[in-house]
Amino acid sequence: MSPQPLLSVRNLVKHYPVRGKGLLRRTTGDVHAVCGVSFDLHRGETLGLVGESGCGKSTTGRAVLNLQPPTSGQVLFDGQDLGTIGATRMRRLRQRMQIVFQDPYASLDPRMTVGNAIAEPLRIHGTYGQDGSDRVRELLGTVGLNPEHGNRYPHEFSGGQRQRVGIARALAMRPELLVLDEPVSALDVSIQAGVVNLLEDLQEQLGLAYLFVAHDLSVVRHIAHRVAVMYLGRVVEIGDRDALFDRPAHPYTQALISAIPLPDPRRERIRARERIVIGGDVPNPVNPPSGCRFRTRCPKFGQLTEAERTACVEQTPDLVDRGHGHPAACHYAEVVAVV
Amino acid sequence: MTGRETVLEVENLTVSFPTDDGLVRAVRGVGYELRRGEVLGIVGESGSGKSVTSMAVMGLLPASAKVGGSVRFRGQELIGAPDKAMRAIRGGRIAMVFQDPMTSLNPVHPVGDQIAEAVRAHNDVSASAARERAVELLAMMQIPRPRERARDYPHEFSGGMRQRVVIATAMANDPDVIIADEPTTALDVTVQAQVLRALETARAATGAAMVLITHDLGVVAGTADRVLVMYAGRPVELGGVDDIYYEPRMPYTLGLIGSLPRLDDARRGDRLVPITGSPPSLLEPPRGCPFAPRCPMRQEICETVEPELLTASASGPPPASPSGHLSASASDHLAACHFSADLEGRRPEDVFAPTSVDNAGGAR
Repeated sequence: MSPQPLLSVRNLVKHYPVRGKGLLRRTTGDVHAVCGVSFDLHRGETLGLVGESGCGKSTTGRAVLNLQPPTSGQVLFDGQDLGTIGATRMRRLRQRMQIVFQDPYASLDPRMTVGNAIAEPLRIHGTYGQDGSDRVRELLGTVGLNPEHGNRYPHEFSGGQRQRVGIARALAMRPELLVLDEPVSALDVSIQAGVVNLLEDLQEQLGLAYLFVAHDLSVVRHIAHRVAVMYLGRVVEIGDRDALFDRPAHPYTQALISAIPLPDPRRERIRARERIVIGGDVPNPVNPPSGCRFRTRCPKFGQLTEAERTACVEQTPDLVDRGHGHPAACHYAEVVAVV
Repeated sequence: MTGRETVLEVENLTVSFPTDDGLVRAVRGVGYELRRGEVLGIVGESGSGKSVTSMAVMGLLPASAKVGGSVRFRGQELIGAPDKAMRAIRGGRIAMVFQDPMTSLNPVHPVGDQIAEAVRAHNDVSASAARERAVELLAMMQIPRPRERARDYPHEFSGGMRQRVVIATAMANDPDVIIADEPTTALDVTVQAQVLRALETARAATGAAMVLITHDLGVVAGTADRVLVMYAGRPVELGGVDDIYYEPRMPYTLGLIGSLPRLDDARRGDRLVPITGSPPSLLEPPRGCPFAPRCPMRQEICETVEPELLTASASGPPPASPSGHLSASASDHLAACHFSADLEGRRPEDVFAPTSVDNAGGAR
């Protein structure tokens, strides 16, 4: 891995204003979608960004590409601050960073052949030229589709094949970073496996860095090198894949991993009894809890003494290594094996 | 068959929908028996007919659907039964939990009233007694402050709580069967764990048998006693949960298991084994085995003769079911494959290639 990360996110904050219903639609508060997220991503590496709905993982992915400019904080791509480089240079830089969306049905124009959909970025950036059609055929082959099928329309492809078209389009400009926003969530498992294999192959062949945003921890464990777990806009734990899954230190990570049923009846009968079931729901991000945002649902919080709880209520726990080998944002972090 | 009493018996169920393009044959010959207190998991991917099967059992399909075969609840035939007879059973003896709780709940009535309505539809009790029962059911579903919450409207609840309200309604009349159709699919995993626990509570309290329909092999693994695997409208494998997961006798089941990434055992070098291609069109199902076009083991016979669901080779002693009681059927392992015996001891990677290519004709 090169010493300078390809992507460096520093203290990223993204708030969305909540407007009143009146004539003036005055701002009445903010949705705290992302609050102080930091991470690095190196070339050829996959960082899995996981969490439940509304935790800010997709917003983070989009802020990284400057599709939604952050409220504050920095995104450095190859050392350049996306917030200050200006529109012209940003446009050039965009060739090097691409996104693949979740829904392969919504992200392709039904009236455009897949060949044209893949050629579109080449045309926009003025690199289609003489050998453009060859490049499109090559890209179709790269993503495991038949190169002869460029003149077909999206409806003639299965969901998995459509997602491959989306990946081919993202690869057209030879990017270095792909933000994959739930790329396999809409696919049936038998199809999903082929797309996961493809993403692994492409990373190996092209040296791509992936920011893999997903709620499915099994897929993330399979594909990611490192994993960041988010809860209510904050990263609560980050670490190497095996460290995080085998030795989770944050109570939320533990509950999340414990909640996932394994396709293994014998083990599942035992796990079902030991399952950590956390109550309630994710609090409203307009008015998140003070201190540790997970404390309202935390199974550990209930076991603490009154004095110990004060820290949870009053101090936001820093995301630091408290002697578990990787950072976890819990005052009372403690490794519990839950798989 | 000896053993416990059969509450629900489905035999050779067929469902087709006439469309402008021809007859869509959504379900072709599904059959199963559900015994008292048992959990049957029905798994399959989108379009496999698993949901349509249960809608047919409940008599909830549109009038245009052509339904054939037989569904017997405690010996009483439900296919073609008059509306009045169906109404007595539906929501009373057989309850249903759907994927999206907002489709089951009325947005303009408080949830307590809706549960009470379900109680009064099947029992001759006073309104206040029904409301009392509603509060009691909400409490069982771990809804905090149930008496106050009973007066709240569905939109005031979160997704997981709404699903628990629906489960409370389902258990209101002490049903014999609960059919849960993808009950946790739209939910986050921590909420899924809450809802699965609520379903277990409902089952324990009512002693109902359950049909659990899902695409998630993890959810079925921990919950079901027996599993029915569906593919392209056909039942392709039926057996005890351990048989299905550890000794599958149908290449499709084996492929499904091989394509799953595992949370507990992941070495990044290990490749997943996908099933290439897509399910056949239900408009003109192929003549032979519906899985043949995607099956690496196919031979000539597979393309001409559709295999029947037959007893697969016996494999060791019958395992005990998770709920502890031995059911006679747990040892029956059926598979629809001409070469099911060849699958003995084979792993997914022995049969399927760990490919990343998907260049088949496409167009479904």
